Amino acid sequence: MVKKVLMKGNEIIAQAAIEAGCKLFFGYPITPSTEIIEYLAKHLPKAGGTVLQAEDEIGAISMCYGAAATGARVMTASSSPGISLKQEGLSYCAAAELPVVVVNVNRTGPGLGGLGPMQSDYFQSTKGGGHGDYRLLVLAPSKAQELYDLTMEAFDLADKYRNPVLLLTDGFLGQMMEPVELKPKPASPEFDRSWIVNGAKGRKKRIIASYALSNEVGEAINLHWEAKYKELKEKEQRWEEFYAGDADYLIVSYGTTARIAKSVVLNARRKGIKLGLIRPITLWPFPEKAFLPYKEKIKGAVTVELNTGQMIEDVKLALECKVPVHLYRRLGGMLPTEDEILAFVEKTFCPGLEEV
Amino acid sequence: MEKVFGRSKGLSGTPFSFCPGCTHGIIMRLIAEVLEELDIIEETIGVSPVGCSGFCQDFFTCDFVSGAHGRAQAIGNGIKRALPDKIVFTYQGDGDIAGIGTQHAIHTAARGEKITSIMVNNALYGMTGGQMAPTTLKGMKTTTTPYGREVEVYGYPIDLPKIIAALDGAVYVASVSVDTPKNVLQTKKAIKKAFRVQQAGLGFALVSVLSTCPTNWGLSPQESLKWLRENMMPFYAMGELKATEEVKNL
Ligand SMILES: Cc1ncc(C[n+]2csc(CCOP(=O)(O)OP(=O)(O)O)c2C)c(N)n1
Ligand code: SF4
Repeated sequence: MVKKVLMKGNEIIAQAAIEAGCKLFFGYPITPSTEIIEYLAKHLPKAGGTVLQAEDEIGAISMCYGAAATGARVMTASSSPGISLKQEGLSYCAAAELPVVVVNVNRTGPGLGGLGPMQSDYFQSTKGGGHGDYRLLVLAPSKAQELYDLTMEAFDLADKYRNPVLLLTDGFLGQMMEPVELKPKPASPEFDRSWIVNGAKGRKKRIIASYALSNEVGEAINLHWEAKYKELKEKEQRWEEFYAGDADYLIVSYGTTARIAKSVVLNARRKGIKLGLIRPITLWPFPEKAFLPYKEKIKGAVTVELNTGQMIEDVKLALECKVPVHLYRRLGGMLPTEDEILAFVEKTFCPGLEEV
Repeated sequence: MEKVFGRSKGLSGTPFSFCPGCTHGIIMRLIAEVLEELDIIEETIGVSPVGCSGFCQDFFTCDFVSGAHGRAQAIGNGIKRALPDKIVFTYQGDGDIAGIGTQHAIHTAARGEKITSIMVNNALYGMTGGQMAPTTLKGMKTTTTPYGREVEVYGYPIDLPKIIAALDGAVYVASVSVDTPKNVLQTKKAIKKAFRVQQAGLGFALVSVLSTCPTNWGLSPQESLKWLRENMMPFYAMGELKATEEVKNL
């Protein structure tokens, strides 16, 4: 077993990128994500890579676009306002099918907001964000080891599907210190490289582009993307279940709030309430399959989110509105306590229990 | 019979899609000839803009990447940083490089990115039907300055090459024109030098070429050349605006 080391969340992401063979990083500083570019500026050149602080986030994502077109492994990282600026580039990366890994350390918003954790970019991450009918593969780690493992895997997934992959964390996960095993990356499969541009030596020239002026061509390309997104939905839904099997009620929560929700489940069980947790690990594709065994069985669900109700829409769809779905949220950088979530669960699902 | 002129190997043979009398085509032909003469077609990756030249990837025989409006240089920087031994050039309209992409133009030059940029200045947005560009001259009529560019409202035209020449990372900056056979040769020389600067790894090189847009200027091809000479050439600083000692010694 590899020895565990204590590291900051953002540094874990940066180290995982190096281990995954990331050769280029383009970024622009913004709290609470800055440790990623700082760590890489120090360590990536020693691993034979390049780090460049761009003129802005539009420049950074456009540089990623260019580097990814050559088949190189490339990453950028930012936090909410900076991710807004990257939306143009993400739309173009998705359209040109370029494998780029993007990290969003979600801070509060809208506007400049504050530096605390929020999950307010869920819609932006999973429902588009930029223009056009595209999807990003969105991964939502909730502990140090997952920050490491999922960052490494993000590069393989981006290469496999030729699609941008977004790692969505938040100001809490980015800044926390937790032990992590810096495992060597498992070998990647061989990826198709027949599309990259690197000079037309001894082969026909290649073009990386995303325009389609004829509607017929446009529809054909959109159908091609749709097929890819369907495949992703079929094959890549991921989630974790915690005491879900016999649960009467489910909490659905990801990332930082899922950590708190686990303790809530244990505390509820001690009180005799059959509470379970479904923790989405992929936010897109949303793990609808996780809910199949439970939608006829449970009596209700509650999403715990750091926003005014975003993921709850996907949970309602996944449960086909067969049971009531409630929201418990804290906003503006505040985190819920275990006790307040449990009190909400009791009040909502077991009124009367409180008085006992 | 001896062949005295033919299509450059740098061009694919796809017919140019430009309006009659548009000089975009001449500039592309010159770039293709330079790539062929320097024997770097197979080493080169071009980056196209969004604008009338947005389809230049179809016309060349080298690899090409096309992205968003104004981002060609940032994309080119990414390519070059990934493949430092290859040749990377951007081909951009004045709106693309001096309007929506200004931040990349300034910082590409400031960082001394080892790429070559060709800017094609026709003093307006051609592709979208002749709106004002940052390069539109004082008093010039466009569809968004129907009464002529009033500087009180719209400010003054930007002479981007002059700004770029002031930055240390830019080692070669030239402003040229393709209005006469002599100037076409001059332009080719400047483009060739800009690519040789990159081959030698000296820094950033920019060649700005004054170009016609008969369609949106509302003039015949002949009149357009005359208008360019009488209005654009006196306003824009012309010639080699910057060539460092190392570049001169190339
Ligand atoms: C983000 C964005 N804004 C606006 C446009 C519309 N647009 C396409 S080309 C263009 C102007 C091109 O002008 P220029 O760069 O001068 O090139 P020209 O067509 O004159 O050669 C504009 C505004 C776009 N494609 N993308
Ligand atoms: S609109 Fe102007 S710039 Fe565009 S192809 Fe026609 S003449 Fe050339």
